[in-house]
Amino acid sequence: MRWETWSDFWFMGGYGLYVWGSMGMTALLLLLEIWQARVAHMNALALARTEHSLEQT
Amino acid sequence: MTMRWFYYAAPQTFYGLAGRLWPWLAAIALALTMAGLWVGFGLAPTDAQQGEGYRIIFVHVPASWMSMVIYLSMAFWSVLGLTFNTRLSGMMTRALAPTGAMFAFLSLWTGALWGKPMWGAWWVWDARLTSELILFFLYLGYMALTSAIDDVRRADRAGALIAIVGAINVPIIYFSVKWWNTLHQGASVSLTRSPSMAQLMLWGMLLMALAMWAYTLAIVCYRVRTLIIERERHTDWVQALPEVAGVKA
Repeated sequence: MRWETWSDFWFMGGYGLYVWGSMGMTALLLLLEIWQARVAHMNALALARTEHSLEQT
Repeated sequence: MTMRWFYYAAPQTFYGLAGRLWPWLAAIALALTMAGLWVGFGLAPTDAQQGEGYRIIFVHVPASWMSMVIYLSMAFWSVLGLTFNTRLSGMMTRALAPTGAMFAFLSLWTGALWGKPMWGAWWVWDARLTSELILFFLYLGYMALTSAIDDVRRADRAGALIAIVGAINVPIIYFSVKWWNTLHQGASVSLTRSPSMAQLMLWGMLLMALAMWAYTLAIVCYRVRTLIIERERHTDWVQALPEVAGVKA
């Protein structure tokens, strides 16, 4: 391991803002995309189910 | 063999296949990300010139590669769609676009955060950065155009044209650092010579690139299923799916 302490790790030799700004935005957008894909899938299924129940009646 | 390809190109078959594939791909992506972050942040040495700041490379380069690869695959599916008029092609192209746009944005964002400490500027209008920005706009243009046209098949065909014509930008991005004098450094990894990086840096970057490949395949498999349900929800096979027929609306 290259880091003596956690604060060394977060400090990143003075580049903390840039390195963590990059990693953080990447993580945030990936999570948003996964969440959005999930919501869209649930909506599509709900729509198909509505049609299914309409056909039954 | 040809029969087999067309068999899987049917939305009904592909729905099942993608449904079996995506959880595995997602698990592989997660494992590779953990490994890549461990190598990149735990093992890789400090860079002689850039200190710890170079570690942005572990997302910047993979995200930039993916932004180009995804655009090329959109062009590939578009050619198939226009040639064979298969329903799946347009859905694959659409499923790829948001992820491609995200990676193009991340490439620009992480690039800005790398440029500021190393060059002293968040942004410069040089060939590499400008052509990547155009790629981002091409993704946005594709998504805006396809969502503005109500008839999905017409929207797919119009989108396919943007995807194919815009693909000319990808080699321009890739070779921009060779063709023009730019502030952006040349390729650290190339097929024709040995990489100009320490072994562990290279491994960290390659693991992260593989992780983003697996992630992209997973999210595209997932999203294409959503599109299949949306477009084919009137068909008997969708209506008979357990996730549709077996659950109360």
